Amino acid sequence: MQQKTFKVIADTGIHARPATLLVQASGKFDSEINLEYNGKKVNLKSIMGVMSLGVGKDAEITISAEGSDEKDALNTLEETLKKEGLAE
Amino acid sequence: MSTLLSGIAASNGIAIAKAYRLIEPELKVEKNSIENVADETARFRAAVDMSKTDLQHIREKAAEDLGEDKAAIFDAHMLVISDPELLGPIEDKITSENVNAEFALKETADMFITMFEQMDNEYMKERAADIRDVTKRLLAHLLGVQIPNPSMIAEEVIVISEDLTPSDTAQLNRQYVKGFTTDIGGRTSHSAIMARSMEIPAVVGTKEATKTIQNGDIVIVDGLNGQVHINPTPEIIEQYKKEAQAYEAQKAEWAKLVNEQTVSKDGHHVELVANIGTPKDLEGVINNGGEGVGLYRTEFLYMGREQLPTEEEQFEAYKAVLEGLKGKPVVVRTLDIGGDKELPYLNLPKEMNPFLGYRAIRLCLDQQEIFRTQLRALLRASQYGDLKIMFPMIATLGEFRQAKAILEEEKQQLLAKGVTVAEGIEVGIMVEIPSTAVMADTFAKEVDFFSIGTNDLIQYTMAADRMNERVSYLYQPYNPAILRLVKMVIDAAHNEGKWAGMCGEMAGDETAIPVLLGLGLDEFSMSATSILRARSLISKLSKEEMEALALSVLNLETNDDVKAAVEAAVSKA
Repeated sequence: MQQKTFKVIADTGIHARPATLLVQASGKFDSEINLEYNGKKVNLKSIMGVMSLGVGKDAEITISAEGSDEKDALNTLEETLKKEGLAE
Repeated sequence: MSTLLSGIAASNGIAIAKAYRLIEPELKVEKNSIENVADETARFRAAVDMSKTDLQHIREKAAEDLGEDKAAIFDAHMLVISDPELLGPIEDKITSENVNAEFALKETADMFITMFEQMDNEYMKERAADIRDVTKRLLAHLLGVQIPNPSMIAEEVIVISEDLTPSDTAQLNRQYVKGFTTDIGGRTSHSAIMARSMEIPAVVGTKEATKTIQNGDIVIVDGLNGQVHINPTPEIIEQYKKEAQAYEAQKAEWAKLVNEQTVSKDGHHVELVANIGTPKDLEGVINNGGEGVGLYRTEFLYMGREQLPTEEEQFEAYKAVLEGLKGKPVVVRTLDIGGDKELPYLNLPKEMNPFLGYRAIRLCLDQQEIFRTQLRALLRASQYGDLKIMFPMIATLGEFRQAKAILEEEKQQLLAKGVTVAEGIEVGIMVEIPSTAVMADTFAKEVDFFSIGTNDLIQYTMAADRMNERVSYLYQPYNPAILRLVKMVIDAAHNEGKWAGMCGEMAGDETAIPVLLGLGLDEFSMSATSILRARSLISKLSKEEMEALALSVLNLETNDDVKAAVEAAVSKA
């Protein structure tokens, strides 16, 4: 399993467009991908799961991936987070 | 076979095209036990795939018509319909409880909708609407029912509907929708007002359009005479094509007046301005030679959405209108919600008498944050043109003073922050409540102008709900009771050196115009499409003669007496 922790820097947190981007990116991988925030863990391939977390600015989030393409998945998600200025 | 329906002529013109039924189907979900889980799951997955294909199309269409920005909302819909946390539990339910897909879908979706609706965050609450939208589509596919999608219309059609809400109308593509007809509504209902602002022929209140007309029927909407022909004979079509041409020719004649001033035969100038609902209506105002906007109904900014518009969104809309009119006057009416115009997201309790209830300025003075946000947006936009602010539904002087004080407070705060606000913005009121008409002399000392809202003034004076067809005979604009109130308001304004306008339907009415001209009305605000005809009419009338006519009709007995007297006088003129 691969996992990494980020700090959210986007003013809007992970809502709307950012959430859409992350879920779209996760959907391309076979691995099981989860997002953990504030002790709650949700499926990062589920838009409703992600939005129900209500991740705001400055939140600490952990993304984990498990499966055949786990490394790729985590790299891609990290890239998305940074490129869009969502988290660091 | 040719069939004829009669209704109320709501918007002038003639249109001939195929029918498009815009009717929300009833999606009834029953709980059934199923025998074959695998078949039911397959049926569910097929419906998911069909819904995805729909959404893909809608998304592409939206990107083309409205831009990538607006299309992005459908990306969110696509993710909802692909969401494993939604689909998984539905399939589990089908399998473990042996229930039909419709029931499993409804139960699961309702749970999510409730969850999102309860969240303490406007954005999250909005997501409930996304889920509702997506599940509705999915459910329709499962039930084998078609849901209409007006934004996808791609050929010339006549829209057939029970009624059209402002948000339905906003989705209609003006390129393809040639006209519409509805079961309910009258000349002053919103569907009718929208039709005139979109400049498409409409017949409303036909009672049975949706029962009689099927998709694909050929329909003629005769918005001049209030008739709807269904599958007409070739002879009728031919005759209507000729009438449509004659109407076009008449319009071309009026069009010559586009850049002319509105002047009576004896040289008296009045202002002919337009009623608008959105910045999109400006084109019609300019094309029809409007001398400004006499009523900008801002409530459309608030409707057909899930939350209040931000100050920034409002500012952009007001700025667009002010700039679009290049310094011509724009009277903006502050939020007039309530009555027949609801905003579901404000969660207002249902009332027994919504027209007499918590609406317009009453609501704004109570929920001041909504009001102040709008006023700030208006004040900030004021530097882009000639803005006048008008408060709706004022019943007492106290209400006007309070509203004006709030406006002044917001202005001072903006100025303190260094924001530019135009000098000398006129502040006036709608006169639509009889108490205000009666007290107009007192109001005239404090307001900068009056605009008489006749649709409401008539319903309140006659105590007749204008949405109720059974009492529609009491909608009597020429009743001397109404005309006397109108005269009181105009005289009161002039005594204090102020101006008086009218922004109800009456201002564009061919029988009322001669009387109003005679009573000294300064500004006539009407549907843009009525302006040129009114300008042509006024150019043939003498103000002096109309003054005598107006004074004489005030002493007649009934609505019909006045109508007959005016028609006789005008036909001689």
